[in-house]
Amino acid sequence: MKKIILSFIAALGLVAGVAHASGGALAWDKAPNRINDLPALQNGAKLFVNYCVGCHSAAFMRYNRLTDIGLTPQQIKDNLLFTTDKIGETMVAAIDPSQAKEWFGANPPDLTVIARSRAGHGGTGADYLYTFLRSFYRDDTKATGWNNLAFPNVAMPNPLWQLQGDRQPVFAEHESHGETVHVFKAWEQKAAGTMTTAQYDEAIGDLVGYLQWMGEPAQKTRIRVGVGVLIFLAFTTVLAWRLNAAFWKDVK
Amino acid sequence: MAVFKEISPNASAGAKLTNWFENRFPTAFDAYRVHMSEYYAPKNFNFWYIFGSLALLVLVIQIVTGIFLVMHYKPDAALAFGSVEYIMRDVPWGWLIRYMHSTGASAFFIVVYLHMFRGLLYGSYRKPRELVWIFGCAIFLALMAEAFMGYLLPWGQMSYWGAQVIVNLFSAIPFVGPDLALLIRGDYVVGDATLNRFFSFHVIAVPLVLLGLVVAHLLALHDVGSNNPDGIEIKGPNAPRDEKGHPLDGIPFHPYYTVHDILGVCLFLMAFSAVIFFAPEAGGYFLEYNNFIPANPFQTPAHIAPVWYFTPFYSMLRAVTTEMVYALIACIVAAAGFGVIKGKLPSIFKGVIVVAAAVAIVLMLNIDAKFWGVVVMGGAVVILFFLPWLDQSPVKSIRYRPSWHKYMFGVFVFMFMVLGYLGIQPPGAWGAWAGQDLAQRVSQVFTLGYFGFFLLMPWWSRLGEPKPVPDRVNFAAH
Repeated sequence: MKKIILSFIAALGLVAGVAHASGGALAWDKAPNRINDLPALQNGAKLFVNYCVGCHSAAFMRYNRLTDIGLTPQQIKDNLLFTTDKIGETMVAAIDPSQAKEWFGANPPDLTVIARSRAGHGGTGADYLYTFLRSFYRDDTKATGWNNLAFPNVAMPNPLWQLQGDRQPVFAEHESHGETVHVFKAWEQKAAGTMTTAQYDEAIGDLVGYLQWMGEPAQKTRIRVGVGVLIFLAFTTVLAWRLNAAFWKDVK
Repeated sequence: MAVFKEISPNASAGAKLTNWFENRFPTAFDAYRVHMSEYYAPKNFNFWYIFGSLALLVLVIQIVTGIFLVMHYKPDAALAFGSVEYIMRDVPWGWLIRYMHSTGASAFFIVVYLHMFRGLLYGSYRKPRELVWIFGCAIFLALMAEAFMGYLLPWGQMSYWGAQVIVNLFSAIPFVGPDLALLIRGDYVVGDATLNRFFSFHVIAVPLVLLGLVVAHLLALHDVGSNNPDGIEIKGPNAPRDEKGHPLDGIPFHPYYTVHDILGVCLFLMAFSAVIFFAPEAGGYFLEYNNFIPANPFQTPAHIAPVWYFTPFYSMLRAVTTEMVYALIACIVAAAGFGVIKGKLPSIFKGVIVVAAAVAIVLMLNIDAKFWGVVVMGGAVVILFFLPWLDQSPVKSIRYRPSWHKYMFGVFVFMFMVLGYLGIQPPGAWGAWAGQDLAQRVSQVFTLGYFGFFLLMPWWSRLGEPKPVPDRVNFAAH
């Protein structure tokens, strides 16, 4: 009986494995975890207001919440308030949404919870964003002149191209079921940006860390409170266990 | 009026106060005795008997957190998504209240599924507890309605398109369907009107029904007394009793089962808190990733799946294709043929069976498979109501049923779980096998298996030699 069950489970696993392997999309890179790294999050916030808030809102995120990642209200006012002069305001894009639709063919989505919404089978939302922001390439067949391996035909041109420079994907040819398929192999740097690839990956890591934090600013509090709650419950459980034993010890 | 109880002037202040209240509100004191201190529950409850109390606890959690959420939530298509983020960010401890409520929804179904399975294991729905079970099934149905309508409120993509898909199902009903769907939505598509009426149902109408049913469930239970893992009646006419007439196999609910349940509650809260604080999305199963995108009526998500607790039923809905309708027709022909040839019935009944089967087949061939999918999905829940009469086993508890009945239950649980898994997956999740969509074929076979388990129960539950049932419950002192 055990053998039958085991072989059945193995068969299920095999089927599931084949089903997963058949998907040909770009595998997501693992984003570095910077959620506890305040300088990285601050750098990410700087990149975010400089490169993203021009077009994208984070309409549920208030500027003064940035105090949670170690910035003072004065620092926020002096360095990060581009779209408003009130620190209690939310991060609303400078762009007019109807113009954005006209220029890019799509409304730039709100980024407040983007890191939460983009999770999937390929990894966390942070993994996706980390991959996406590092997968732009020049493509003259597109209206914006840009394309993206992680999000084919994306409406957004690479906002960080001055940092990253120009890159082109190199594809390897594979014979599969009698057809030639192109599989992504590596990036080829065509023109240098102001950052090296390693520096750029670092910067994107910070930016993605910030997006991840912004998706749920309470997440560090949540985990801290959770540890306390579980310790409390562990003690209570021991008490309840002994209380129960005390009442039931005479029940025959 | 009850007899006015005099108390000695020398009694303590506490006793005097209690006496003052008891003379003015004896109902409360009687209820406490009937349902708590003098409600005798079997001594031999095991781990499976915690889930009823836990369901009550989760109900309270949902109501209390719900009250606080409503203080900040805006049931308006333009504001709903933002108000949820406002709760998550700007309302002090709002994130905790919201996660408790969202995790509570899934926890509710987990404990209720386990609670129902306990009933199946020990035959808790058998005579004289049929009504307890029926009230319970009604609670399950109300809970499904509550969860479905609550899921629309965050107004994310999954909220929106899930509601769109499910409400559209009603439009598959012949003749009245389109009007019925319109009535539910209040509009031609899911919109502000839908959100407002779902909000109203979610926060007041369905909770009232739920509370009423829970009261009926508990009152009926306490009238007939709890079943137990041995399926023995501890309060039956021949059950052993002490000199005061209390059942020897029973024990007062309070304090014995209250302290028991406090331990269970602590363990449950540890698991519940672990999810709330460390994995509130539960890998996309409790909070779906897509639902962090605001509802967009112009952009259908690539893959729409209900939350996990609906997926076994959703799988059954998807399993009903035109081919599946033929399979169902074959089942009806076989059942009717068997009834006519083998059944010892007067010929008038046999005639009725033949005519009913013929009518059913004609309808099935002429109405779209989508409608039969809805019928199958609804039937999967409705069939639970009939369980007390489907189960014909001579003994209640699985402990004394023939051993192979355990495998029947095991296979049933396995099928239900695989259906649940497949309901989350996009169509074709397991690829093709011999030119067929493997996942769809499996869900079709398991759908038939699910119904076969119940509909054939009057036959298979009688088979085999039951083990001797003892006179007293099995209880080992702790």
